[in-house]
Amino acid sequence: MSTLNQIVKELLQSGKVSSAIGYAEGTIPGKVQTIIAKTPEQAEKFIFNSFCVNNLVTYLTRGFKLTGEKPVAVVVKGCDARSIIALIQENQLTREQVYIIGVACNGVKDKDGNEAVKCRACQSHTPAVYDTLVGEPVEEKPVNPAEAFKDVEKLESMSVSERWEFWNKEFEKCIRCYACRQACPLCYCERCVVDKTTPQWIDSSAHPVGNLSWHITRAFHLAGRCTGCGECERACHQNIPLGLLNKKMSKEIFKNFGYRAGKDMNAKPPLTEFKIEDKEEFIR
Amino acid sequence: MPEENINSKKEFQPAIAAFVCTWCTYTGADLAGTSRLKYEPNVRIMRLPCTGRIDYNLIVKALEKGADGVLVSGCHPNDCHYNAGNFHARRRFTIFRELLNFVGIDLRRVQFSWVSAAEGAKWADLINKFTSEIKELGPFTEYKKLSGVSFPIEEFDFSEETVEASEK
Repeated sequence: MSTLNQIVKELLQSGKVSSAIGYAEGTIPGKVQTIIAKTPEQAEKFIFNSFCVNNLVTYLTRGFKLTGEKPVAVVVKGCDARSIIALIQENQLTREQVYIIGVACNGVKDKDGNEAVKCRACQSHTPAVYDTLVGEPVEEKPVNPAEAFKDVEKLESMSVSERWEFWNKEFEKCIRCYACRQACPLCYCERCVVDKTTPQWIDSSAHPVGNLSWHITRAFHLAGRCTGCGECERACHQNIPLGLLNKKMSKEIFKNFGYRAGKDMNAKPPLTEFKIEDKEEFIR
Repeated sequence: MPEENINSKKEFQPAIAAFVCTWCTYTGADLAGTSRLKYEPNVRIMRLPCTGRIDYNLIVKALEKGADGVLVSGCHPNDCHYNAGNFHARRRFTIFRELLNFVGIDLRRVQFSWVSAAEGAKWADLINKFTSEIKELGPFTEYKKLSGVSFPIEEFDFSEETVEASEK
């Protein structure tokens, strides 16, 4: 089986892809950088190790030229592959526009060097979709489903006013840098609702009322679409536990509609459709 | 002093925002009016073409601007003027109310109902019930504190002596 570098070199040399997005050594130990290679000589810089926590799929929606004739190659882990599937579901990409270099992953580290939270309950160490796989497919160890939502359940067990206190204390830290939005592969709107000023829906200053509104917006706009790559929480330098909001939404979406984002390329996101027999116990 | 005076400082008067659809609930509310049904005046009705147009942002904005309760009301399933707007709204609300609950907003303050054009009585009844529920919950001081809506409820003295003294 070819190594990652051989695969990338071959792709670029043969002209099969226009460019390849992958991980390269960072400037300091324990950090990785992104590399967007256009020539075969750059292929030797590609690496993959447990520090490769970034989701490179975000690059595909940020003004990257996907309209060319040739596809773009991208190195993905199992969690990242879900983002590609989600983008295809929403017609932001076609399968042919991406050449997926899947890597078998054994978990990645967060910024403190500990196992990333998203890896604890991971069942996709091998990407679900790929054009070529680097490494042997990993056998999934059974994971207690309760593990996956432990942190959400902790919050759910609090009272309503305790949650209000918790979240507003967290949101006080928010400086509205929108790093969470920029890091998210599914936040591809050319013009985000929060930037709209005529009329202004969400208060733009870093003030509690606007912060609450912004985070409600972000969570709700990603409901049923978030694939749990954890980039938002990783990007937040104020250490706000953003993943909890997205996880809660995923939990509710699954509970009510039996749907998981980024699983099936042909599935329709649940909030774009309806069923006549949808539950309505809360309606008066 | 008249007992029924809305401006009576003796009791907390909530501000309730209602987002209703034109074709069913608004018409139903209109029917309540033409039938001369009496119901609590605390509700501010905002008419939209359909509940399907309702953006969750509207609910959050209403709370930001000082609403103590928010009501969303539309056509019964299969009666939507635009065929499926209310179905979409129902799905969105199923998820959105969980988000509100998770973030710490009391769901008793944000309610969803189906009121048809013929249900004037149901509308009046719904508003009466909802208003009394909100009166019991009290003003949404947490949100008002956050957004700085100036309504110094805690400092306001509702006692009879103070009110009478201020009116002399």
